[in-house]
Amino acid sequence: MAEDKMAILEVRDVSLQVNSTLILNGLSMEFWAGYVQAVVGPNGAGKSTLASLIMGLPDYRQHTGDILFEGQSIKNLNVDQRARLGITLAWQEPARFEGLKVSQFILAAAKNKDKKEVDRVLDMVGLEPARYRSRDVDKTLSGGERKRIELASILAMKPRLVMLDEPDSGVDIEAIDRIFEAINRLKKAGTTVLLITHSPKVLEKADHAFLICHGTLVDKGVTSKIMEYFSGKCLPCPHQNVPEINSGAATGGKT
Amino acid sequence: MTEDLVGEILESVNLHRTFNKDTPHLIINANQVLSSHQVEGLIMEPEELPDGVRAKLRVKKGVKIGSPVHLCFGLLPERGVQHIIMDIEIEDEAEVSFMAHCTFPNAVDVEHRMEAQIKVGRQAKYSYFERHWHSDEGMVKVVPVARIELEEGAHFSTEFELLKGRVGLIDLDYRTTCQARSSAEMKARIFGRQDDRIQIREAAHLIGEGSRAALTTHIAVKNQARAEINNEIIAEAPYARGHVDCKEIIQDSGLARAVPVVEVRNSKAQVTHEAAIGSVDSKQLQTLMSRGLSEEEAVDLIVEGLLS
Repeated sequence: MAEDKMAILEVRDVSLQVNSTLILNGLSMEFWAGYVQAVVGPNGAGKSTLASLIMGLPDYRQHTGDILFEGQSIKNLNVDQRARLGITLAWQEPARFEGLKVSQFILAAAKNKDKKEVDRVLDMVGLEPARYRSRDVDKTLSGGERKRIELASILAMKPRLVMLDEPDSGVDIEAIDRIFEAINRLKKAGTTVLLITHSPKVLEKADHAFLICHGTLVDKGVTSKIMEYFSGKCLPCPHQNVPEINSGAATGGKT
Repeated sequence: MTEDLVGEILESVNLHRTFNKDTPHLIINANQVLSSHQVEGLIMEPEELPDGVRAKLRVKKGVKIGSPVHLCFGLLPERGVQHIIMDIEIEDEAEVSFMAHCTFPNAVDVEHRMEAQIKVGRQAKYSYFERHWHSDEGMVKVVPVARIELEEGAHFSTEFELLKGRVGLIDLDYRTTCQARSSAEMKARIFGRQDDRIQIREAAHLIGEGSRAALTTHIAVKNQARAEINNEIIAEAPYARGHVDCKEIIQDSGLARAVPVVEVRNSKAQVTHEAAIGSVDSKQLQTLMSRGLSEEEAVDLIVEGLLS
């Protein structure tokens, strides 16, 4: 791990309240350029909400505190403006696009609009280009396939910071290995990777992690330290096992 | 002069470089038959009328026409009426596919009416792809009406596409009667803008055992465009199966209405339907915007997918 930890993204005292329910509570975090970091915590802790809020999704804009990217506030920027700075998000459950070809979907995000780029990134995520480039990004693809195609589009986008929400959910063992390879590639390319997870296997891929619970930062540190959370040594926190907050669009659950 | 008109029509549908005169075809401008070419087993008898063309098309029993038959119906002047009357018979075990282009590139006030009687014989196959090319002025009125009879084991598919230029007014009415083990697939993909009006009525009557039908309509409307889709499947024979699929995306002040009618008169038949109308899916939109597309670019891509 490099010693010079330069913050690319700062979350400063961020709180989000929806219909009198506090979903994020005074969170402050720093994400370092070029590192793989993880945000872990139980269901309903606010992990996906944090990712949605950093991405600037419309239902998550009414927060207090600030988000800084390379020292500049991005609080007032829309999703696409943040994306053009180099921030992106891979959803836990990727969207389906009826009629949209895999190649169109990837090229829409790609920095390099050459059609060869489609094959290159499909190869990277272990999907045979000849079999996939002309398929629709719709229900004919499994969740795992769509997840890898979404990752391919992110590889083509070449972002500065990518948030991967539960990257291992709904994918088979071979696909998980491919996803981990892609994470390594992103890191080697200098991309900052933020893993949103409650999986120890995913957490292992991180250099550093944050543990949040009930919207509050409970602990942070090297991965081995946070890993203790998964071996039954959960640190004291006010978590009351409220996994789903059904209070409108901005819930503590998944987007 | 005639060759110039043929060239102009082909250019308006982007076929001027690739069109081969030896392929079976029928090219019409207004009420004038500009060019036609038959192949063995395909009989075309066009007759010019004061306001259009009546054409009999027949594919002889057992004949399989290898390449698509090109039909180009154009009205190049800014104003006028074109009335196309088609009498099509595909005899038993014959096979044919049509590639039809209807083009009104300069339309200011144009009406295009099409009346088709189509009979598809036993075990015969018929496919018809129809693409419309309109001007950006929107002053086109398109009224296609087709009555289709499918005999035992026949297969019929038709696809109507109107994505380029303004729709103007379209009032489409296709009705199919399906005998035993025959199948009908009807698709329409239309993009309405400004004050365009879209009315679609597709119907399949499944009267034969094991007959099948799928009616698919994908529409996008923006600005003040309106669309009304009335798709209907009636199944009255055992093991008849049908599905109605209607998806509409509305933007701005567009208005969309879908009325899927499914009626089953036999306990061994089944018909399903799905209809989704609304604005662009927010998750799709956010996904594309999180890749750096503007909202407008993302919407365009989503609509392009729906209508592809």
